[in-house]
Amino acid sequence: MSIPHGLLALLRHGPMYGYQLRAEFEHATGSTWPLNIGQVYSTLTRLERDGLIEPQATDDEGRQRYALTAAGVSTLGEWFAKPVTHADRPRDELAIKLALASTTPGLDVQAIVQTQRVATMRRLQDLTRLKQEPGDDAGLAWSLVLDHLRFSAEAELRWLDHCEGALLKAAASGRTRPPVVEDDAALESTEERAR
Amino acid sequence: MNALDLLHVDRIHGHGNAAVHALRGLTIHVAAGELVAVMGPSGSGKSTLLNLAGGLDRATAGSVKVDGVELGDLSPKELARLRRHKVGYVFQDLNLIPSLTAAENVSLPLELDGVRRRPARASAEAALAEVGLAELADRLPADMSGGQQQRVAIARAVVGERSLILADEPTGALDSETGEQVMRLLRDRCAAGVATLLVTHDAAHAAWADRIVFLRDGAAVDDTGARPAAESLLTGA
Ligand SMILES: Nc1ncnc2c1ncn2[C@@H]1O[C@H](COP(=O)(O)OP(=O)(O)O)[C@@H](O)[C@H]1O
Ligand SMILES: [Mg+2]
Repeated sequence: MSIPHGLLALLRHGPMYGYQLRAEFEHATGSTWPLNIGQVYSTLTRLERDGLIEPQATDDEGRQRYALTAAGVSTLGEWFAKPVTHADRPRDELAIKLALASTTPGLDVQAIVQTQRVATMRRLQDLTRLKQEPGDDAGLAWSLVLDHLRFSAEAELRWLDHCEGALLKAAASGRTRPPVVEDDAALESTEERAR
Repeated sequence: MNALDLLHVDRIHGHGNAAVHALRGLTIHVAAGELVAVMGPSGSGKSTLLNLAGGLDRATAGSVKVDGVELGDLSPKELARLRRHKVGYVFQDLNLIPSLTAAENVSLPLELDGVRRRPARASAEAALAEVGLAELADRLPADMSGGQQQRVAIARAVVGERSLILADEPTGALDSETGEQVMRLLRDRCAAGVATLLVTHDAAHAAWADRIVFLRDGAAVDDTGARPAAESLLTGA
């Protein structure tokens, strides 16, 4: 999640101070990615250093407000124009976990899949409950974030079904484990102990 | 009291070498007002479970109770009466009677149960209004869309004072918007105190439930209502 770009986008509405930015950010994303105020201030410091925002005169209560610079506006425009590529996203721990589980001896991978399925299904239940709640003023931005989370959970469940099917097929044809690599003495000795 | 209790239920189809163990020691409770979804691969026993819960099929062993009444103790006549009176079904093939209008299809179970024509008609109209079909009460099924027919089938299942609704893939043939409408409707019925057991393969619809039970080979392997087991997943450990 790009916090700097998020703050630039909020400043497009006009100058704001730190606490305001944090509140607006959480409002738009339904507190899905809570920010602490320290993160907001350190990000503002970096954005100012890079010439993307500039401090304004303090308001009546002495709060420092920031505004976008021309460079900030164009950086923001580029961010919106560019698709998010796969490399920008954090590695998916679940995919890595199952991939490794399928090659690790002594694991009941189907049980791992089922445990994950229950957890993801619970998450989808929670998200569905949120969706059913009568719309408050969080409005469209939050509703779109929520839909994204629901669809991701659904996709994850489909993928888990797929993994289970592939594992069963592999088990049936005796391909549950890859050949042990020769120089992987550590793994082999773990196997020995498992037996 | 629960609307539905299955206790250590077995259902074996056939005999000897041809015997198929469709359910094995299955225990499920559904409280009044609860919406429970059942998920599981094809052949895991979902439809068998619904048939037993609705008294359309009998358990080989174990106990099935609807509103506290043991179905195994009932005569065929008593069972038929309980089915009409307490249980509403929605099947994948809707079983609407083509020569009857929507309202007649919905009021039929009430009339079979001895309710007089006028009050039965009034209840049917109220149920149709609940599924958003008040205007179409006098249409024949053939003159309705698939989604509308599905909603008539649901109105028929919820009409009267049913305490248990059994639905086998009721959203299977529907587009996603109509599917959501159906789920909202089932949720509303549960809020009114009806218990619902819903079979679906669609996670988005199952997610409307209070609890999801996962069936595999005739047994419940998991339940989203239960807390996750903390034990190690290492089989040899
Ligand atoms: N009337 C029957 N006679 C013999 N076997 C049956 C009968 N009904 C179901 N089965 C078997 O029982 C198992 C469970 O079936 P079912 O309850 O229909 O599963 P699901 O609805 O989950 O696909 C399957 O193996 C199925 O072939
Ligand atoms: Mg079935």
